[in-house]
Amino acid sequence: MTVISTNKDVDNLTFTIVAEFDAGPEAVWQVWENPRLLERWRGPPTWPATFEKLEFAPGGDARYYMSGPDGEKARGWWKIVSMDAPRRFAFDDGFAGDDGKPLDPDDTTRCEVTLAEDGNVTRMTSVTTFRSAEQLEQMVEMGMEEGTIGAMGQIDAVLADVRVGS
Amino acid sequence: MVTYELSDTDVDRIFQALADATRRDIVSRTLTDELSVTALAGRYDMSFAAVQKHVAVLERATLVVKRRRGREQMVQANPEAVRRAARLLDAYEKIWHDRAERIGDLLSDTTKGTEQ
Repeated sequence: MTVISTNKDVDNLTFTIVAEFDAGPEAVWQVWENPRLLERWRGPPTWPATFEKLEFAPGGDARYYMSGPDGEKARGWWKIVSMDAPRRFAFDDGFAGDDGKPLDPDDTTRCEVTLAEDGNVTRMTSVTTFRSAEQLEQMVEMGMEEGTIGAMGQIDAVLADVRVGS
Repeated sequence: MVTYELSDTDVDRIFQALADATRRDIVSRTLTDELSVTALAGRYDMSFAAVQKHVAVLERATLVVKRRRGREQMVQANPEAVRRAARLLDAYEKIWHDRAERIGDLLSDTTKGTEQ
C-alpha cells in the first residue's frame, strides 16, 4: 500500500487521499462492500467499528457504532447516494443517537470513493467534504485515539511503508 | 478523546474567516509585518469600510489582533490560531493514512488466504 497524495483544502473544507493497493478493483471494492471486512479497517484498534446494517446499493442505509475503550459507543449512519460497482460510490455519513436513528439528517459529511485500475494496482481516491469545521472536529475526535495510545506498532509500519507526497 | 483548547464555535469562526481570499491575504501579509488598516485598504480594490469589515471578521476568529497607534488601527496576524486550523486537517489526514494502511494489510491477508 502506498499513499500517493493527500490534499487538505481549508477553503472548501475537503480532504482528499489517493492510495494505491496491490490488488484488483474487485478486491478493494470488497473491503467496502463486505461489512466484516469493512469493520477490520474503518475504526482504529481502540475504537473498532461494528456495522449492524449495511445495504451496499444505491439508496442503501447503514447503521454502525464505534466501541470505545471504556465501553462507550459512538453511533453513526450512512446513506449510499450513488454507486457504479466496482468503480465508484458516494455516501453521506452522519451521527446517530443511542437508538441508532440520525441525530440530524442534514448534518452529514459526503464521502466519494473512486477506484481506478492501473496495471497490477488499484488506485483509490477518497474525497470527504465537511459542512463545517465543527463537524470536522467531531470526526477527528472519534478517530484520533489511535494516534495517542492505539497502535504504536502500526505507526512504525506506516512510517516504514508510506511514501508521503507525490 | 482528544480535547481542544477551542470551542466548536471558535473553530467554526476560524474556518469561516479563512474561507475568503482577501481575508487569507490579510492574514498572510500581517504574519510578518504589522500593517495599518489604511495600508491594507490601499492594496485591495475595495473600500476602506469593506477592508475594515474583513479585519473585524478575522479579529472575531482570533486570527488577527488589532491595536491603536495614534489615529491608525494596526493589524497583526495571530500565528497560533492559524496553526490550530491547519492542525485539525492534519489530524484528519492521520486518520485516513491509518485506514489506508489497514486496508493494505487486509488485502494482503485476503490474498494469502486465497493462495492457501
